[in-house]
Amino acid sequence: MDDMEEFRQVFFTECAELLADMEARLLHLKEGVTDSEALNAIFRCAHSIKGGSGAFGLDHIMRFTHALEALLDKMRDGSLLPTRDSIDILLKSADIVTQMIDTARARGQIADDFGADVLARLKAATDGQTAIPAPKPQPAADAEVVEVGAATQSRYTISFRPHEELFASGNEPLLILRELARLGALEVTADLSRIPVLEELNPAQCFLGWTMELVSEAPIEAVQEVFEFVEDIADIRISQEVVEPAPAEWHQQIEEAQERVLERVADAAVAKAAEKAAEKGAEKTAAATSIRVDLEKVDRLVNMVGELVITEAMLRAQARHLPPEQFGDLMRGVDELSHHTRELQEAVMAVRMQPVKSIFSRMPRIVRDTAAQLGKDIQLVLSGENTEVDKTVIEQLGDPLTHMIRNSVDHGIETPDQRAWNDKPLEGTIHLSAYHRSGRIIIEISDDGAGINRSRVLSKAIEKGLVAPDAQLTDEEIDHLIFLPGFSTAETVTSVSGRGVGMDVVKRNIESLGGHVRVTNNPGKGSVFTVSLPLTLAILDGMIVRVGAENYIIPITSIIESLRPKAQEVHPVQGKSDVINVRGEFVPLVYLHRVFKVAGAEGDPSKALIVLVESGHQKMGLVVDELIGQQQVVIKSLEANADPVKGISGATILGDGKVSLILEINELKSLQPTHVKHPEAA
Amino acid sequence: MSKTILAVDDSRTMRDMVAHTLKGAGFEVVSAEDGEEALKLLEQTGKIDLIITDLNMPKVDGFGLIDGVRNSAAHRFVPILMLTTEAGQEQKERGKALGATGWIVKPFNPEKLVQVVNKVCA
Repeated sequence: MDDMEEFRQVFFTECAELLADMEARLLHLKEGVTDSEALNAIFRCAHSIKGGSGAFGLDHIMRFTHALEALLDKMRDGSLLPTRDSIDILLKSADIVTQMIDTARARGQIADDFGADVLARLKAATDGQTAIPAPKPQPAADAEVVEVGAATQSRYTISFRPHEELFASGNEPLLILRELARLGALEVTADLSRIPVLEELNPAQCFLGWTMELVSEAPIEAVQEVFEFVEDIADIRISQEVVEPAPAEWHQQIEEAQERVLERVADAAVAKAAEKAAEKGAEKTAAATSIRVDLEKVDRLVNMVGELVITEAMLRAQARHLPPEQFGDLMRGVDELSHHTRELQEAVMAVRMQPVKSIFSRMPRIVRDTAAQLGKDIQLVLSGENTEVDKTVIEQLGDPLTHMIRNSVDHGIETPDQRAWNDKPLEGTIHLSAYHRSGRIIIEISDDGAGINRSRVLSKAIEKGLVAPDAQLTDEEIDHLIFLPGFSTAETVTSVSGRGVGMDVVKRNIESLGGHVRVTNNPGKGSVFTVSLPLTLAILDGMIVRVGAENYIIPITSIIESLRPKAQEVHPVQGKSDVINVRGEFVPLVYLHRVFKVAGAEGDPSKALIVLVESGHQKMGLVVDELIGQQQVVIKSLEANADPVKGISGATILGDGKVSLILEINELKSLQPTHVKHPEAA
Repeated sequence: MSKTILAVDDSRTMRDMVAHTLKGAGFEVVSAEDGEEALKLLEQTGKIDLIITDLNMPKVDGFGLIDGVRNSAAHRFVPILMLTTEAGQEQKERGKALGATGWIVKPFNPEKLVQVVNKVCA
């Protein structure tokens, strides 16, 4: 059930996107003009919503969107031109569907007659003009029945209870059942309850009854017709339930959904088996494999475990000062506590983990639609959809990922013509994959397109003043120019990727999640975008460093190495920060005590310590006094209590109870006061 | 073993048309031109699997035939199809009350006839 709920939610989210898209396109329709591209897109939106609502048993929405589709179909094949009135009806319909979706999402009941007036207008608009182009006037209702019959499968539950005198009319129930079986898959259950004892049984009377389930494409009229001759000599009840929308693409999506459900079930089974193995001897078998929990409750748990971790660290720090010969048992207890606390923390974090499938599964549609829009032929291959990552990361990953995928479709893959020219298969391929590597999740988007055209990127960057004309850049540096704000190589702004959102926004979004994005370019063969993200935003592996009397935390993931340079390796640069020569590479230095105005810190890099960090594509050396140690810290947001502070991403409480600030590496360099005198530097 | 159907109609065209269609579908067909002849034929013939009858006929009409069949010992369970017209709702109800199994609305096409026959003829 839970898995189904997951797809339901995904569906609702998709609906919201589709409806927004639909509305935007509707607003651009012009009276009397058949804009088939726009109409096709709108039709697809309606169609998708219809298919999904059918799959989730949202009959109201399905019926409404079916009517909507009918009108759009007439409009897109040109048999009906958009009028102000019909566009208005379409917009109103979109509103109705939006409300229905909202109601369904909130698990509310949709009234039977909800939107009936709009539905009627929708139908009138559809029918009103069918008669004009059609040479022989055919009742519209007929056409609709035929379409429903052809497009949908229904599950009919039929109760057939003949009266005793049925045989007197020469009717034979068996033949009726046979007739029903002709319409589709029939399951029959006989009701023998009315059969009297043998002495009282009159063979000329009918005592049998039947309950049947019929799955058929036939309309309900066809089912009713089977009982035509017996309707007043039997009690007949037929109820209809739409099982499945037939359009091919939804077949595929439903199949995919089923596959996912099966996978999840299989996963759950494996997990359950592992759990069972772990607690040998435990006799009770869990009835349910999953429950729904409010995210807030989980977050509270995460928070409390965070506090526990801090308390544990404090205890350990205290215990260290006790004489071990007297307090050996206590020490062992504290060790146990640390061990369990760590396990508890991991277990709680795991609760928040979700497979990336929920965002990955949205991508095929995006690729298909975008590719269709651009006249490209592209297949999307997904892998590692089961890779798990914190829910918060998932939530915030959707947008950047969508943008990157669109970017690959738009700028990466060439048009079929170009591909043919370059001897490539006409169909382009985009691989979207996810996997775990050293405590992070890596998401890769690779395409077999044209790759990044370096000379064009470079000239564009120079033209836009992003790079000095005489700058000497490595290939890699040129490739990464696309992430600069204000950079867009697309000649024209397309609706696909040139919406004012560039790769710089993608990069910023990903970096705000504690991640980074890189591109590997293989001109002519394609490019690979690699996004690396922390598995969770709630804890962080940090290096505690001392600056003066203050402690700061540097995220371990951004640290390359630490070193103490010789005095002659530090070079002042006029108008810029000092640089240090690290094996031939010049790296700018950031004096933390200057950035944060800390007194009493060592100012001479050759006497202090340098932590070499990397942010984005840039390296820098942070000048600190001492490395205290590595620790996993629970991130506490500062923004709840203070305004955002530049250079600081959050705070944590250390084992000694002291608050320590976590450095935001990306922002440090811009905080460095430049052009200062360095009397301390040699 | 093929089924035997008794077609009763005072119109020869109709009788022949029914006979031709049903023979083509693999049935044996005997015919009578009114209810009286049909009842006689029933008495003589051992086994009839279905009767298709017009309602408006001279001598014994369709209703008489239905009534007669339902009250006979040998044939009371034989299915009977009435040939009715679109407008003949009243006649249809009367026939049903007398024990007709079903009906076919005239005019009908051959497929429809075979389909309905199959529906009531075991």
